[in-house]
Amino acid sequence: MSDPSTASIVSTPRPEEPRELAASPGAGLPEGARKEKPRGLLGDAWRDLRRKPLFWISAAFILLFIVMAAFPSLFSSGDAVNGDLSRSLGKPSADAWFGYDVQGRDVYARTIYGARASIVVALLSVLGTMLIGGAMGMIAGYRGGWVDSLLSRIADVFFGLPFVLGAIVILTTFNGSGSSNSKAQIMFLVIMSLTVLSWPVVMRLMRSSVLATREADYIVAARALGAGTGRIVLKHLLPNCLAPLLVYGTIMVGSFIGAEATLSFLGVGLKSPVVSWGIMISEAQNYIRVAPFLLFFPAAFLVAAVLSFVMLGEAVREALDPKLR
Amino acid sequence: MGRYLVRRLLQLVPVFIGTTFLIYWLVWSVPGDPFAGKCGERRCPQQYIDFMTDKYNLDQNIFVQYFTYMQNLLQGDFGETFSGRSINDIILTSYPNTMKLAVVALAIEAVIGLTAGVLTGLRRNGFLDNLVLVSTLFLIALPVFVVGFVLQWLFGVQWGIVKPTVSSEMRFSELIIPGFVLGSASMAYIARVARTSIAENRRSDYVRTAIAKGLPMRRVVGVHLLRNSLIPVVTLLGTDLGALMGGAIVTEGIFQINGIGRQVFRSIVTKESATVVSIVIVLVLVYLLMNLLVDLLYAALDPRIRYE
Amino acid sequence: MRVSKRASGALAVGAAFALVATGCSSGNSDGGDAGASKDGAITIHGVQPENPLVPANTTETGGGKIIDNLWTGLVEYPNNGGAPQNALADTIETKDSKVFTIKIKQNTKFHDGTPVKAKNFVDAWNWAAYSPNGAANGSFFSDIQGYEDVATSDPDGDGPQKAPQPKVDKMSGLKVLDDWSFEVTLAAPTAVFPTKLGYSAFMPLPDAFFTQKAEDFGKKPIGNGPVKFVSWQDNVEIKLTRFDDYTLRDKLKIKDVTVKLYQDENAAYSDLISGNLDFMETVPTSALAGEKYKADLGDRALNTVTPSTAFIAFPIYDKRFANKDLRKAVSLSIDRQAISDKIFFGTRKPADSWANPLTPGAPAGNCTSCKFDPAQAKELLAKAGGFTGEMVFYYNADSSHKDWMEAVAQQVKTNLNINARAEGVPTFAVFRQNINAYKMKGPYRAAWQQDYPDIENWVNPLFTSTGSSNDGKYVNPAVDAGAKEASAAADLEASHKKFEEVLKLVDEDVPTIPIYFYGQQAGHSEKIKKLELTNVGELDLSSVEL
Repeated sequence: MSDPSTASIVSTPRPEEPRELAASPGAGLPEGARKEKPRGLLGDAWRDLRRKPLFWISAAFILLFIVMAAFPSLFSSGDAVNGDLSRSLGKPSADAWFGYDVQGRDVYARTIYGARASIVVALLSVLGTMLIGGAMGMIAGYRGGWVDSLLSRIADVFFGLPFVLGAIVILTTFNGSGSSNSKAQIMFLVIMSLTVLSWPVVMRLMRSSVLATREADYIVAARALGAGTGRIVLKHLLPNCLAPLLVYGTIMVGSFIGAEATLSFLGVGLKSPVVSWGIMISEAQNYIRVAPFLLFFPAAFLVAAVLSFVMLGEAVREALDPKLR
Repeated sequence: MGRYLVRRLLQLVPVFIGTTFLIYWLVWSVPGDPFAGKCGERRCPQQYIDFMTDKYNLDQNIFVQYFTYMQNLLQGDFGETFSGRSINDIILTSYPNTMKLAVVALAIEAVIGLTAGVLTGLRRNGFLDNLVLVSTLFLIALPVFVVGFVLQWLFGVQWGIVKPTVSSEMRFSELIIPGFVLGSASMAYIARVARTSIAENRRSDYVRTAIAKGLPMRRVVGVHLLRNSLIPVVTLLGTDLGALMGGAIVTEGIFQINGIGRQVFRSIVTKESATVVSIVIVLVLVYLLMNLLVDLLYAALDPRIRYE
Repeated sequence: MRVSKRASGALAVGAAFALVATGCSSGNSDGGDAGASKDGAITIHGVQPENPLVPANTTETGGGKIIDNLWTGLVEYPNNGGAPQNALADTIETKDSKVFTIKIKQNTKFHDGTPVKAKNFVDAWNWAAYSPNGAANGSFFSDIQGYEDVATSDPDGDGPQKAPQPKVDKMSGLKVLDDWSFEVTLAAPTAVFPTKLGYSAFMPLPDAFFTQKAEDFGKKPIGNGPVKFVSWQDNVEIKLTRFDDYTLRDKLKIKDVTVKLYQDENAAYSDLISGNLDFMETVPTSALAGEKYKADLGDRALNTVTPSTAFIAFPIYDKRFANKDLRKAVSLSIDRQAISDKIFFGTRKPADSWANPLTPGAPAGNCTSCKFDPAQAKELLAKAGGFTGEMVFYYNADSSHKDWMEAVAQQVKTNLNINARAEGVPTFAVFRQNINAYKMKGPYRAAWQQDYPDIENWVNPLFTSTGSSNDGKYVNPAVDAGAKEASAAADLEASHKKFEEVLKLVDEDVPTIPIYFYGQQAGHSEKIKKLELTNVGELDLSSVEL
């Protein structure tokens, strides 16, 4: 709404300015700096990101997992679905790098094929949770008053629902046995249940950040300069409140992979022959004393994937956070 | 402040009614006939099903059922389970156990999570930082069952340091391992959020000022830095107590703790609306009060936040 | 949560034939130390009973095993696997298998000191059969004349109309002759009736039962068995102690028994290994895998078989499964030995007969389609015209059936090229409801544990068209006629012979397919020097020596 020049002034938080000038000699060069077209927040962030090895490493890993999810056959020629009992619980070997599970299925192939369901479900659920919870938290925290009370109380109601109860009811209603939902439909339902049942935490987190930030000098200043609500929220509050959310969200990817398995375990989630890491881990539980590798490999992949997301989130957060620049 | 508190307490009423009805309705809509599976592979006699259906008002519509339930509740009677146990008794005997376990878990999670968070926040990207991250992520990746089983096996059976299961006295020393298991899933969140918060505030003016005026590092961190970094951590911890109490099903099972988790799960599956609601109501109250407490703590931790 | 084992079997009966546990007394051949046993106490594994402890209301193992020790019935199923023997009954006489005169032993006592008289039986049975009392085991009395008059049901199944009040509250077939004898008249001749009398539904109830609500009685039950009830702390423990006035065979040598109520078998197992628990009648899968329990327990591990069978049942009402060649093909394509070895680590035995061969009168090896023969299976499938679409094998996901059901689906898929997979139904209640309503869309798991040891219990309920557990709507008039004739036979031997013939007809039709016979693994602590197991694998308390 307001003109870009105002924006660029305000987007660099005042308290940090002197340090920035003092810290980087480049900033002291008047000609170069002044001629440069003022960059937006995202431009700044991108320039920052490009220089971080952490960003490139984690992005490469995530890309690898995404390719794995999209084209599992590139990584494994094994059969993830069909097994042979004669190979049951076979140890890792040259034939099957990760060994065989109790049904005699190739664990390596299953781990590769499991990437898709795990990553899709976890990522989309986190995204949904972030969007709903984040938006609600932002509105509640920024508006305050009765809006805050109303939204917070709605969150309280959802908070009170036991996860298992909510999931069983939502999923059995739409995904009961005998219903012939396609894989995509089931995934959507699982994502929806996870989102509906988890957004209140994110909402509380966002709200607490907004509460802590909204009285900050730069917000007051922006408001005094006549910035509209939308502008303040998007340009100032959001980047400054994103940190805890990003941290929480990236770790949540890991929890959701596990939560998805809980649902399958209860008989309301993904159904065989769909494979996911969570399902593999829960199937391995009974055999930890004889075949710990059944648990180890999917868990290791899960940790690697979550680690990549956490690192990426960390890098993005540091880049986005003006205070760290 | 006082008015704020009164307003918040008044708001509990609609939330309370909304939550109980929602839960009652959800349990009611769990598919399946509660008595279909009671007689094993054979059909239950129709007489038995009729008798039970009548006894628990299950042939009434949902509103009548809910209303009857609430009426009894207001007189302090939670009703009874399908197996004829008084729910008041269950709540009186099981809640303290679950509460104890959840508090121990919360304490362990807060201590370990915060310590790890502060240490790694002050010295980021070091070896310790990565070690904490990877190990807490592994705890998230492994299901509670596995963590519980392995720790029970190692400490209880292999090394014989503690008894594998918790006795009915629920001594504190017996609860350390179950508490760790229960809290393990949240540790990563606490550690990570604390780390970020600390790292962020480490660069702020007041910390620089405090260091500049020669305060010892311990005081800077302990008083200035920590207090200002606690808001997101407190939010998480506050919301976690309820989650820990409600999510203790597996942990309670592994360590033989007579808590509410199993009762809730069983009752959900057997469609015992009254039992689920009665037990969850108390949980919801804990959630609500914790949230209120957290909101009040915000103001105490950050003078800029004011409630009018 | 897990539905208790009872949910997977039919009903657990107490005593049956005991198997002397091998190895448990190997280190100490002369049994226990009488002094230690006399005041000895043990702690055994249990689960919280789902209902108050009233015999006629108990249909699950958690409560069943306590009831079986608190009460002694007219007959008991002896320790050697033979025919049932009289316990509380002195004589049971009949000329025509229709009218039975039962004399009971005089001057035995309930735990409250009152004598056990004939009328305690008659009253207890009338109470259980009277439908307004809503006893879960009420239908066990349907053999008795006059049952229809005391048991009425809701005319429109489930809804606003209530079941009409029965006309009378006593069955006309029950008559007290004097304090120590009574007469039972059945609606039709039933040779197996005396065998049923050991089942918990037929236990006597003391006068005190009728003066209070059943639930209240069930919280402090008064029985007539070898142990009496002391206390019950929900989800924690049930304490029992020796009944010193007990005069029948199975008197206890030890004094106190604490049944610790576990939620999780792994927890109980850890307690067993570290010496905090003295007996556990089951071993969790995590310890069965790779036979770890043998290493953990050494010669304290017990391995027996129980008269229960796991089946896969077909919804024959679904026309896709109406062809018996198809059913036979599915059966022949399953490698039961591989499932037993790899999924169950040898703890279950491949099934090869229709009635569990441990049951008196049941022949072994009479299931001709229980062998593994993929070639013949393919031929039969072709003969049946193939199978189009997806064949989904259903199981209840709240109990551990996933592994073996997936293995079965896998073998059908591999050996018959049918698009088969296994799918879990969230709870046993939903699973049973679909079965009861004849709404299954594919083969599903089932299990049968005998209620009383007789081949009759493996035929009438499962394969006759009116059978209480004939869930697939299998109808063969020849089987019905044969079973009717066999049930009414003058004596058990003739009855057994005829049932054997009936099973040959069943074998032609393959209405269900037996997969494995249950095995039982148990373990005990070093404290117990001698013990025996009943054939449902429970601990026979009277045999325990320390």
